[in-house]
Amino acid sequence: MTTQTVSRRLAPLRRWNSGGILPILAVLVVLLVLVAARQPDFLSPPSLMSFLGRSAPIILLAAGQYFVIVSGEFDLSVGSLVTAQVVVAARLIDSDPSRTWPVVLVLLAGGALVGLVNGLITTRLRVPSFVTTLGMFLILVGAVYLWSDGAPKGGLTDQFRQLGRRAVEDVPVFGRLPYALLVLLVLAVAAVLLMRSDFGRTLVAVGDNPRTAQLSGVRVWRTRTIAFVLSGLAAAVAAILIGGYGGVSFQAGAGLEFGAITAVVLGGVALGGGRGSVVGAMLGALTLELLFALMNFYGVSGALRPSVQGAIILLAVAVSARRFSSR
Amino acid sequence: MPDGHPGALLALRGISKSFLGVGVLHEVDLDVAAGEVHAVVGENGAGKSTLMKIVSGGYAPDAGTITLAGQPQVFGSPRDAQRAGVGIIHQEFNLLPERTVAENVYLGHEPVRRGLVDRRQMLASTRRLLDSIGETALPADAPVGRLSVAQQQVVEIVKTLALDARLIIMDEPTAALADHEVALLYRLVRRLQEQGIGILYVSHRLTEVFDLSSRITVLKDGRRVTTVPTADTTADELVRHMVGRELSHYYPPRATPQDIGEVRLTVRAGANRKLRDIDLTLRAGEVLGVGGLQGSGRSALARALFGVAPFTAGEVVVDGTPTRLRSPRTAMRAGVAYVSEDRKGEGIVARQSVLDNALLASRAVFALRSGRTARTVRVRELLAAVEVRSAGDQQEIRYLSGGNQQKVVLARWLAVNPRILLFDEPTRGIDVGAKSAIHDLVRRLARDGAAVLMISSDLPELLGMSDRMIVMRDGRIAGELPAGATEEDVVALAVGTVRETAA
Repeated sequence: MTTQTVSRRLAPLRRWNSGGILPILAVLVVLLVLVAARQPDFLSPPSLMSFLGRSAPIILLAAGQYFVIVSGEFDLSVGSLVTAQVVVAARLIDSDPSRTWPVVLVLLAGGALVGLVNGLITTRLRVPSFVTTLGMFLILVGAVYLWSDGAPKGGLTDQFRQLGRRAVEDVPVFGRLPYALLVLLVLAVAAVLLMRSDFGRTLVAVGDNPRTAQLSGVRVWRTRTIAFVLSGLAAAVAAILIGGYGGVSFQAGAGLEFGAITAVVLGGVALGGGRGSVVGAMLGALTLELLFALMNFYGVSGALRPSVQGAIILLAVAVSARRFSSR
Repeated sequence: MPDGHPGALLALRGISKSFLGVGVLHEVDLDVAAGEVHAVVGENGAGKSTLMKIVSGGYAPDAGTITLAGQPQVFGSPRDAQRAGVGIIHQEFNLLPERTVAENVYLGHEPVRRGLVDRRQMLASTRRLLDSIGETALPADAPVGRLSVAQQQVVEIVKTLALDARLIIMDEPTAALADHEVALLYRLVRRLQEQGIGILYVSHRLTEVFDLSSRITVLKDGRRVTTVPTADTTADELVRHMVGRELSHYYPPRATPQDIGEVRLTVRAGANRKLRDIDLTLRAGEVLGVGGLQGSGRSALARALFGVAPFTAGEVVVDGTPTRLRSPRTAMRAGVAYVSEDRKGEGIVARQSVLDNALLASRAVFALRSGRTARTVRVRELLAAVEVRSAGDQQEIRYLSGGNQQKVVLARWLAVNPRILLFDEPTRGIDVGAKSAIHDLVRRLARDGAAVLMISSDLPELLGMSDRMIVMRDGRIAGELPAGATEEDVVALAVGTVRETAA
């Protein structure tokens, strides 16, 4: 395996670079080479920028999922949260442009609230997050069906859609810069800065060893709850972009939670917490999207996507388990 | 006689065992005759548990032989030992609370008739076994979870009898029992003796050892010091055998009276689930040593003071202010720091860098006190001051030696300027050089005005470092000793051969 040989050769480097993004970068480069061989047009700036814009939601979800996973928990609720947000947005806006921005705020608040509930149930009631967020997943699915009587109602406005669809046109060199990409860049920088802050370092420490963290004065429950809130917020932003790009349906967020988890693991983040960087997680998402694009170019059926995702997550976890146990 | 007994039930010869190159047992010989209660005593870490694990098949010895009723034995697993007739009663019971006594007794080897469990026979056999040891009142069909601790212990013993045990090992069997239940255990042990079963009795409590055993073997540092007939020895003599080694290590000079300042911490009538009647004062400038056996409440005391498992009764005063230490955070804000005995599980964050480990407490509690850059600079200075050896402060802490990891943990606490430091086994598993460095550091902190409480199982260390000592037993402070006390004094208080002195 490429990842493995690369990671072994770079082992001494990784010791000082706990982010460990070199393996995923290597995979990404290999995939880019394969894409270039098959479909050179894809790498032209305008097409590449569109690709990045389309990938922005899953990359943001991966960043959100990263906060939760690195703190030692899971968030399975983000997929259905995205669906719920898109459906709710359509019904609340109901094609009335004046409601666009208030509803965006409502979505962000709603995402944060769902994260807060996930976090508090997990940390204060000691329900394993796997169960908490699976429960939340089902509750959201059911609630959205109930609230919309089985079919999405209302509609989104052009203002709402422009974030997911439009771009800054005629930019030199790049051609066009999708708004989604700009949103992604701003939030990615914010995520990196957050992970360098006291909160970020403490978050990883909590995932690594919650006992030690607690005995050093960390409020473990609070730290983890904030991670869930960040994941909920990421889902809200992803929902805004997906709603704009894809439109309103009960399938809007289907399977995204699993995609985000796969991306995070692919990016070298250890399940169980304590290791890996947010940049790795985001690159993992990008790699996953690129892999799907590549499958498309080679004429592999899109129906295989879930199987590929499943295989990747198993492989990535197995490789990382070997890495940790061999030390 | 230790080496005689041709008809011994169990004969151990030259048993040695080491873990990762550290010798734990060195050529231990031991005999148990049929119907004999043979007691094994020794300090924490003397090798008792390892020896018992070897006899019961948990570990294979590196050298030496085990002979049971004249047959040489090689135990590959606890199952092999069971089959040969060795039963063990652990301190922690292995029972399924939802199942009945009979089901527990025959768990894994149920009598079978036509492919199904024969419940009637199972109940009848359990009844017979219970009757044979005089436990006629214990119902064989009651769920184990409803029984008292003493009755559960009976079930454990009957479990070994159902496997035809000829030798039963009892590891601290009274640790979980209430005082009135101990008499019941005594009666039970006598019944087993009458049936010709040999008993290896491991206990810290010398009273029991004298009440029950016919011979006593003393282990120290993995060696058999002596085996004596119980009738020919005294508690004082045993304690002398258990300790007594020369002080070969240099310790920094103790505090002089001028060094000792005002009272930093007072506990009055402190109590919680594991502690009772704790009265304690800690003064600036002094190192208060805490001795006692494992499970005596030493760690519980430190954890109560750090708010991990707080006192539920009594009063704590820190620097003149009544304070409730109800979480590590509140304790830290009151100026308390705690270095856990479990460095890996509670001290370090293994996969994070040296620097992140050292900054953990400052970031969590005092994040707003100083600028980030100033803080990092200061922590780097502290890491240098405690002489951490690492390949840079970005190296993951798990690659450091135990001693260096402990220094990083110390730096973490020094960064928040604690005035009261609680150390639980600060030098356990640390090489000699780092040990001295940590001793010097602890002393320097005291000299700079901190109040230090230091728990140690290492008696020379405890005696060498402490300005004053308290010894814990059964969740209480059994007594206080001045600097210059001997190992015998500490052990005598810890095992309870002398009545408590006024603290």
